[in-house]
Amino acid sequence: MTPDAIFKLLQEKFGTETVFDFHGDPARDKDPWFQIAPWEIENVCEHLRSEKSLDFDYLECITGVDYPDDKRIVVVYHLYSYGKKHRVVLKAYLEREDPAMPTLVNVWSTANWQERECFDLLGVLFEGHPDLRRLLLPDDWEGHPLRKDYEEKEDYHGIPTIRPNPIELFKITLPSKEASKEAAKEPAKA
Amino acid sequence: MSSNLNLMAPPKGWDAKYSDDGGSVLSTNTDQVINWMLNWGRANSVWYMLFGLACCAIELMQTGGPRGDLERFGAAPRPSPRSSDLFIIAGTLTYKMGLRVKRLYDQMAEPRFVISMGSCSNCGGLFQYAYSVCKGVDQIIPVDIYVPGCPPRPEALLEGLLKIQDKIKNEKYLQKRYGVG
Ligand code: SF4
Repeated sequence: MTPDAIFKLLQEKFGTETVFDFHGDPARDKDPWFQIAPWEIENVCEHLRSEKSLDFDYLECITGVDYPDDKRIVVVYHLYSYGKKHRVVLKAYLEREDPAMPTLVNVWSTANWQERECFDLLGVLFEGHPDLRRLLLPDDWEGHPLRKDYEEKEDYHGIPTIRPNPIELFKITLPSKEASKEAAKEPAKA
Repeated sequence: MSSNLNLMAPPKGWDAKYSDDGGSVLSTNTDQVINWMLNWGRANSVWYMLFGLACCAIELMQTGGPRGDLERFGAAPRPSPRSSDLFIIAGTLTYKMGLRVKRLYDQMAEPRFVISMGSCSNCGGLFQYAYSVCKGVDQIIPVDIYVPGCPPRPEALLEGLLKIQDKIKNEKYLQKRYGVG
């Protein structure tokens, strides 16, 4: 099934409030995608997985993207069906200030770690997640580094996060020719 | 012995004269002989800890393999920090791992040596501007030998090991311990 056929099918079932904004221009969008209202994502995905003609049995990846100019954080879902050999991309647009959306752990359990990663790096809160801890960074890390406005701290547990440039460190500044000439003249005068 | 690796070579400074006011209980010559024997034994049994972090670890395995063959210099891999003398930091060191490296180093018994292998552990390498990568293992623990490269060839790591052996052979353990010489 092509992505726009899946889009139409979903729109018929869930309405234009929940499933909207299809992008399928082959020149611009490598993978056709459409938006899902964040609060309906679990219903939509449950349908995508259990419906026999869709049969999406594989959640390929969950990605987060930060758009500070639009004040948005976008969570992108790549779904694939091994049986039907088709693929679809869903996007959920969240507020940047308070990014929160329901979890998909009950639909695909692989969402568990992927949502943890998304939380770790972007700070998206997945409500209903059984164990929303950091996945990659240390537990006591501050901030979410894939946000565009993330500032690196000066040190982490006493380990400095900056290494001076050795070329700058060992650079020898030679005095200019004029300055050295004048310096040579002056003692002669005195 | 036809090998050009003269394992039995006397240490550098073999016939150095010690000042008389050292107060050694051993005669200078015995001292030197014992010292040489200690160093000889240590230098030829530098056991390194099995510790690989990233792609450099592959090259470390290659060095331990039949072509590089670290073991012909007496360097056998050990599974525990408590029984190893050499810590080869092979790969990209993150802050999260940095704290563990510190702990492992603290668990090693002295004398212990550290080789920093590859540009990642020397200075952060090509991940220097990443938020999670430590900018050089020397910010955490002291380093004896830096092996440059990304990744260093097995020959380069072997060279590093030989440098460590040189360093061990030049140690004056007894004199240091009893304040002699
Ligand atoms: S120095 Fe190069 S080969 Fe070694 S861990 Fe870093 S990136 Fe990998």
